[in-house]
Order: sequence, then C-alpha cells, then structure tokens
Amino acid sequence: MVDKVKIARQFIEAIPHARALGMELTEIGDGRAVITMPYDERLIGDPETGVIHGGAVSAMMDTCCGAAVMSHPSAPGATATIDLRIDYMRAATPGQRITTTANCYHITRSVAFVRATAVDDDTDRPVAAATGAFTVEKR
Amino acid sequence: MARPRPEPVQVVKQRRDAALTALVDGVPYSRFLGIEFDRRGDELTGVMNFDEKLIGNPFLPALHGGATAAFLEVTAIITLGWSQLWPQIETGALDPQDMAAGRLPRLPKTIDFTVDYLRSGLPRDAYARATISRSGRRYASVHVAAWQDHHDKHYAQATGHFLMPQPVVPDGGA
Repeated sequence: MVDKVKIARQFIEAIPHARALGMELTEIGDGRAVITMPYDERLIGDPETGVIHGGAVSAMMDTCCGAAVMSHPSAPGATATIDLRIDYMRAATPGQRITTTANCYHITRSVAFVRATAVDDDTDRPVAAATGAFTVEKR
Repeated sequence: MARPRPEPVQVVKQRRDAALTALVDGVPYSRFLGIEFDRRGDELTGVMNFDEKLIGNPFLPALHGGATAAFLEVTAIITLGWSQLWPQIETGALDPQDMAAGRLPRLPKTIDFTVDYLRSGLPRDAYARATISRSGRRYASVHVAAWQDHHDKHYAQATGHFLMPQPVVPDGGA
C-alpha cells in the first residue's frame, strides 16, 4: 500500500505540467489527495486585479482528482479524466496559495467518481469546487 | 446620398488584429500556455502551440487534461469577449493602442465549466473554436470544441456559463 502511494506521488511530481504550475502534493492515500500551488504572476487571468486564471485552478483540480483516484485501494493504477465540472465560487485572493483537496467517493470496476474543493487562506469560503468521473484501468 | 468609401483593407485588418493581440496578450496565463488566435473576419480559432510543459502523462506522452481545460476556457472567454467588443472595435470607440497600453476592457468571468475528454491529447499543437449558444446582458452560455490533426475528430469539448462584464455607469448616473 505504502509503495502505491509512493509511486503515485512520484508520478504526480514528475508531470511536466504540474511542475510548470508549481504544484506540490502534500497528502495522498485511501482515495484522498491534497495539492497546493503557490501564487505565481505567470498564472494571472485578470491583469487589473492580479487574480489567478480559472484555467490554472482547473489544472490543479484535474491533477488532484487524478491523484485521489490513483491512491484509492480499489484502483489498480493509472487513470484518465472522462469529464470534469468546475464551479468558480469566487476569485482567489491575489498573493495567496491555493490548496485543493480531492476525494474519490465511489469507485466501480470502470469508473471512479471524485469531488474536490479549492481554498485560499480563507478556508471557510471555497474558491472553486469540482466534480468528475475518471477511468479505472482493467485489472 | 453616396455611400461612404470603404476603408482600405490593411487599415481594417491592422485595427482588428491589434485589438485581438492586445486582448489575448493582456492575459498572462494565455501567454504562459502559448495560446494564440487566428482570425478570419470576426471568427476566431484558438491555437495552443505544443510545449513540453503542457505534458500530463510523460509515458504516453499526452497533454495534461488541465492544460486542455484551460485552453478551452481561454478560447471561450476570448471568443465571448471578442464578440461583445467587436462593434466598439469597428466604430473605433475602442482604441487598440490604448488596449495594448494596458487599458483593457473587462472580460467575462467563468461561473462554471464542464469539460469532456474524448481522446487523449497528442504531443502536438491543438486548435479550438467556441460557439456562443446564448449571450444575454448578464449571463452567457458557450460551447467550445478542440481538435488536433483532424478537425472532425475532437479530442475535447466543453460547455461553460459566464458572467458578462457590466457596462460602467456614467458619472452622475443614479
């Protein structure tokens, strides 16, 4: 079990796009993953306010959900996104790091269902929420 | 009454292209992802130039789903913003030089965005075109599809809802 978590962590941290965005996997295991991403001016979507682009939040959500699936005890290995819906509740506060927590709440032989929430320093008011379906490799 | 003489083609093209470039390059994240736009009249096609940093699975290799999602979202926002600004660009009410200097009009804000991943993204350039299903005063609904080698084989598509920027109330207005 520990090995699978280690493999998942190495896999996530080796993803070029995740590295380019500065993502860091802080927790993983049992279908749950936490990824944080520091504030970065290259990721700004609105130059006037300095707010991070929704697309960068999407990328983090997608990676985090995938990591949660890979860490689920019933998932044999790699996964791919089937669909992902993101609700943007508010703008992330410029200068603050964003943290996403994803939970794989149900898994079948072929599909994994995942929910995720992203927050900044104000953890009581989520920045965004995601729901997705992911593939499960055949055993 | 005589019809006014049409503007020379290069004047029209220069104005439209300058406005588009200012709009796209004004967003740091679009530059980070290497996204550009091709324009035919008012029709836009987003282009995400391939780069190693867009890879999500180094073993296949395949584009990162998040990079694709972001590309679709950027294409949707720019297409929506562009369609809204087009009349002002044509009349000259919006000055491309002002835009390039950083005085950019507000762009629509994403409310929600749902991406379908149809095929894995190959390690090469991707293209996307957005269709505005409905654009009201406050909300808009946009569909966007992306392809790589074959235009009829989409590798991803998305639908999103957007909050339209509200016109600035003139001074003295109630």
